[in-house]
Amino acid sequence: MATTLDVAGSAEAREKLDIHLRETIKWHFSEETGCNFWLNWKKEAGWDPVAEVKTFDDINKFPHFQDEWLRDVTNDEWVPKKFKGKPFKIFETGGTTGIPKQRIAWEDHLHDYSEFSDTLEDEYFPKGGNWLMVGPTGPRRLRLAIEHLANVRGGSCYFVDMDPRFVKKLISEGHYDMANKYKQHVVDQALAILKNRPISSLFTTPKILEAMGERCDIARYGIKGCFCGGTSMTPQLLRFLQEEVLGPNGKLVPTYGNTLMGLACSEDNLVESGYNVIYHAPQPRAVLRIVNPDKTEDLVEYGEWGRVELTTLTKEIFVPRFLERDEALRCEPTERWPWDGVGGVRPFGASKTKIVEGVY
Amino acid sequence: MIRIPTLRLGEEYQSLDVTEVKDCRTGEVLAEVSTVNGGIVRRDLTFQIQKGREALKKFTVQQLMDISKKAADIFMNGTVPCGDTMQSAEDYVKTLSKTSGLPHNMCRANMAKVFEVMDDMSTILKGLTRSLDLSVLDKGCIVQDGVGISYTCEADSLGVVLPSNSPGVNSLWIPALILKVPVVLKPGREEPWTPLRLIQCLIAAGCPKEAFGYYPTDHDGADSILNYCGKGIVFGDKSTTDRYKNNLNIEKHGPGYSKIIIGEDKIDDWPELLDELVASVSKNSGRSCINTSGIVVPRHGEAIAKAISERLAEIVPSSVDDEKARLSAFANPAMANWIDSTIEDGLKEPGAIDYAREARGSARKQEFEGATYVLPSVIYCDSFEHPLANREFMCPYVGISEVPQDQMLEKIGPSLVLSVFSDNEEFIGSMFDFRDAGRLNLNLPTTYVSWDQPHEGNLFEFLYTRKAIQVVR
Repeated sequence: MATTLDVAGSAEAREKLDIHLRETIKWHFSEETGCNFWLNWKKEAGWDPVAEVKTFDDINKFPHFQDEWLRDVTNDEWVPKKFKGKPFKIFETGGTTGIPKQRIAWEDHLHDYSEFSDTLEDEYFPKGGNWLMVGPTGPRRLRLAIEHLANVRGGSCYFVDMDPRFVKKLISEGHYDMANKYKQHVVDQALAILKNRPISSLFTTPKILEAMGERCDIARYGIKGCFCGGTSMTPQLLRFLQEEVLGPNGKLVPTYGNTLMGLACSEDNLVESGYNVIYHAPQPRAVLRIVNPDKTEDLVEYGEWGRVELTTLTKEIFVPRFLERDEALRCEPTERWPWDGVGGVRPFGASKTKIVEGVY
Repeated sequence: MIRIPTLRLGEEYQSLDVTEVKDCRTGEVLAEVSTVNGGIVRRDLTFQIQKGREALKKFTVQQLMDISKKAADIFMNGTVPCGDTMQSAEDYVKTLSKTSGLPHNMCRANMAKVFEVMDDMSTILKGLTRSLDLSVLDKGCIVQDGVGISYTCEADSLGVVLPSNSPGVNSLWIPALILKVPVVLKPGREEPWTPLRLIQCLIAAGCPKEAFGYYPTDHDGADSILNYCGKGIVFGDKSTTDRYKNNLNIEKHGPGYSKIIIGEDKIDDWPELLDELVASVSKNSGRSCINTSGIVVPRHGEAIAKAISERLAEIVPSSVDDEKARLSAFANPAMANWIDSTIEDGLKEPGAIDYAREARGSARKQEFEGATYVLPSVIYCDSFEHPLANREFMCPYVGISEVPQDQMLEKIGPSLVLSVFSDNEEFIGSMFDFRDAGRLNLNLPTTYVSWDQPHEGNLFEFLYTRKAIQVVR
């Protein structure tokens, strides 16, 4: 088992995580507060997580969370008893064909983005300025999250939708021209808003940002900061987006996140780090580990590649040991985020096979 | 190790992404090639490319032909920058051999082919333009034989996605520069050397650096080169070229399926044609799209197969510096494995015999001095419909089948080069109406190329269209 590096604050962070873990376990596995899914799971598992899970090392007692559960189990089964009767939001992921995977939520996404807002510089993401989100809206958490981010910073958010399910379908059926037309259709709409409304901050995906940059000088439309995510980004892609698409007066803030985790943050040192971004999960609400793909209970050593494993620990949802479809380098804790980081995130298996990811 | 940058319209750019190019025999990393994302390609082709054409338009065609001639000499004899080092002609041959698998003599043969084009550009352009007075491209319009003539350039640039296996094909894009069209090149993954050396030679000879894009990139970038340059040329297998089959702005150079057919009047004298048959199949290690991959005859198919097999049995792996080497290694052993297994699978289908197997007395795929080779295959098929009768592989390979003369043209399908051995005027006459041949070689091997006879598309007609012009006199 790989060891964990201690830095200033890591002991406190670890203790905070363990306390939060025990509280979360107690919440989800108690008859008064837990949801049907986990309470039934406990009966079948034959062990009591409340009694046996004391520290985060004990998380390995759980099997990997299966993402099919989010498709096959009805949403009501995930409602903690304490939230019964309180309408929930439904966020979807994937779903190119058939029923998509869904998670329910009440306020988790608001916490993540309020916290994330504190990491943004006012110079590039001005308080009171409006945002434009160009990306997957519809049933996605991201749509509400970005609007909340704009709102907590005192602005409003405009939206242009991009349906990744349709794009995936076009690409898989070989309709490359149509996929490109659709991208241009999205960009057309984004540029129309940029030209006619006062916007200072942007959220979009790397592909759309690139495409917008081919059609205009984004900085000239008043965009100072761009928060970018949705697919993995190599250092070279980040460099290109910062240096050439946004230019020297703009600021690119890359992100790593998803519907289950929320949002991982990174140091404000994109250029200085040589565009090697290291993300830190919003611990203790979510924990990212880099595990040995062949023995997933073990962490890899620092600086080694492994599969990204997510554990989400909120009152709204408990997701133990979910294996993401990404691989990454295990990175050391920092003073700001005194727990492991993940670097060089890329699709799992990217080093062995060519993975076409360019949907966004 | 050499660090090779991207050239963004002449300006060097070092990407954070690099691709290693290795010696196919030792695995030693010979170069780290700066590899850019598609976004960079699209951005340059959207905002910068006009600079290249403007720079070229400052020269006359004659001046550019002179530059080409000078560059040809530098290419053959000079030392030019290659990334962060300097490269002599001899360095080029040795390095190209290490990464492509080609023996030195074949590297030099490819080099000579490129030299010939650069050195004798006026002949090439005469063939491409059918002797047009090229000052029309300097002046905009001219009067030739009493007729007003003007041409419009259809593209800001010519994008070329190059292969890894055939340095000689670089000769195809050079005339574009003389026609004042900048080139945007994506080198093959294992062959960054030839296009870069040519660019550096042309710059050294006086060509403006803005006229060159050299973008090692991924599929997205390659696709952007083809779609964002006004005109594109792609080299690749059928699946690659099929992707662009409906795009008339992209010229597709896929498998050639070049063939030889022998007429009734000459078939009984086939031993006299053996030298031509062997050369057509095996020259340049059978790697070119102009190599014969199919021979169709009215009779004597098995005897021809046996005779060619015996001659090709002489072709075996040899040291890279053997001046008599006739077989190239594979830079990517997986390709050799695929070829060998595909042929073996085909032979399981009844009706085909590999006569070369018996003649060589050893395995088709062999290792020699750390590299992988595929030795010649000569497959006699009892019908043209057999899966091995009309295949093409990047090695000496030929399928031989018997088809009555009067059915040949309806059966043989497309051929990049069709060599016809016959003196029968009626039979020859039927060839001129045959649409599925890019080049017709009459009583010549398929590998015989005369540069004033462009095949597989005419670059001038691809880049320029005639414009009607009327002037007040």
